[in-house]
Amino acid sequence: MSSTTILPLDYFYILLGLTLSIISLMSYRDKGNSKRMATGSFWALYAVVFLIGDRLLPLVVGIIVVAMALIAGLGGVSLGKYGQFTQEERRSSALKLGNRLLYPALIIPFTTMIGSVVFQKTKIGGMFLLDQKNFTLVSLGIGCILALIAACRFTQSTPVQAMREARRLIDSMGWAVVLPHMLAVLGLLFMDAGVGKAVANVTTTYIPMDSRFIAVAVYCLGMAVFTMIMGNAFASFPVMAGGVGIPILIGAFHGNPAIIASIGMFSGYCGTLMTPMAANFNIVPAALLDLPDKNGVIKVQFLTALPLLTVNIFLMYYLMNAF
Amino acid sequence: MQTAVNLWPLIGVAVIIVGFILRQNPVMVVIIAAIITGLAAAMPIEKILISLGTGFIKTRNLPLILLLPLGVIGLLERYGLKEQSQILIAKIKSATSGRLLIVYLFVRELTAALGLVSLGGHPQMVRPLIAPMAEGATENRYGTIPDKLLYKIRAMSAATDNVGLFFGEDIFVAFGAIVLMQTIMRGSGIEVNPLHMAMWGIPTAICAFCIHAFRLSRLDVEIERELGSQKVTNNIATVAIEGDNA
Repeated sequence: MSSTTILPLDYFYILLGLTLSIISLMSYRDKGNSKRMATGSFWALYAVVFLIGDRLLPLVVGIIVVAMALIAGLGGVSLGKYGQFTQEERRSSALKLGNRLLYPALIIPFTTMIGSVVFQKTKIGGMFLLDQKNFTLVSLGIGCILALIAACRFTQSTPVQAMREARRLIDSMGWAVVLPHMLAVLGLLFMDAGVGKAVANVTTTYIPMDSRFIAVAVYCLGMAVFTMIMGNAFASFPVMAGGVGIPILIGAFHGNPAIIASIGMFSGYCGTLMTPMAANFNIVPAALLDLPDKNGVIKVQFLTALPLLTVNIFLMYYLMNAF
Repeated sequence: MQTAVNLWPLIGVAVIIVGFILRQNPVMVVIIAAIITGLAAAMPIEKILISLGTGFIKTRNLPLILLLPLGVIGLLERYGLKEQSQILIAKIKSATSGRLLIVYLFVRELTAALGLVSLGGHPQMVRPLIAPMAEGATENRYGTIPDKLLYKIRAMSAATDNVGLFFGEDIFVAFGAIVLMQTIMRGSGIEVNPLHMAMWGIPTAICAFCIHAFRLSRLDVEIERELGSQKVTNNIATVAIEGDNA
């Protein structure tokens, strides 16, 4: 795999592993953090996962995961001291540097975009430039490195300072940083254990679907609710399409498959807006924006998601047999 | 055709729901749910740990998008990136939090529909640029924002990124969801043209824009109702501009 790519994703695992190692060391040495040993160990364990995770026995990684969950669950990931500038210092710095502060931040999305659109299939000497399975992430990684170089130049600062700042942000998010990763694992385990089949079985066994409107509603609401449970519409689509969409809406009611599929998936996205299980969209931003209520983003999304879900049901009901 | 489906793994779902309702630490809840689900599916504890470990390595790419930009964003924040975002927005006199977020919603949804999903995101766009601008627009008009309203403006900034992304990307033909839907349909012997699926996403995408844009305009109304009486003459943002011109 990595022999056919100049820039495999593995390089960025190592980069992140090294960053986390430094953050862990800084945490161990931070006398301003009342739980510095626990905090340092938490990030050290995560660093190990990225540095040598693929060479460890899965059982060992499993134990690491449980250990991290225990540290986080018992409140072991805590805040330290970061030597921040005061607001006055930041404001005068902003006035001095102006838009030069903005450009490095914009380098990240634009490099990611150009990398994944323009250089996706680029080959040098018979080897792909970007990891073919993860070209967006590799482009993002390159964007971050370019942005860091630009930022250090403009602010006359150092990569070490960037590590300190990364620690400040990562600590301010705390356990929320690893929640999406842990949830992805839970999703895989749910699938292994047959949770999907069980939910589909309950839905289709106990709800009569002889009216077309009820069938549409069950399918759309089912997509939303199941997505709320699994945290991911991709996981619920096979279940709900297989249980209701294909046999009943397409089979019995002769609905247009493109409409059933498309609006069904969007109903799932309405569910994504309403669940803490979609942590990277809902919980992580709350942490990133320093909201005291970790469900703050979900709460404001409810009033967009519920009307849209209703609209979806009616769109599907009226469109599915019209085209 | 009736095969017995094991309903015991649903206990894992119950653990998740109860855990979140009781506001226990989510990481802890997730791991406990994973272990209970595994036990309910009659997996021995060693197999559960192996399954956790394998899954954790398999999904290592997930945290990269959040963690890699943090160093640069943090460094720029130290030198005043958020403050600069607010200075910029203060220059646009007609800017309000709601209007700014409606523009962002439009751009985010449209670029996502063209497949440019990486032109946004919470760590690289919302935290350093969009949320500070949305706050700055209100601060510039009314002065200090009470905490409750401030948090609402921030939460709406994050929500706007999500809504724009979700309901834009599904109109893009080459997006993973379309491929997934095609595969599942094909598995049941139904051929669907990806272009048709993308096209039938458009009505919902338009409705999503209208509903969320309406809510953002209500946000402006709410801000005006709460802070309308405390219009400012002199605040930090305008001082900053004067300093800029000097």
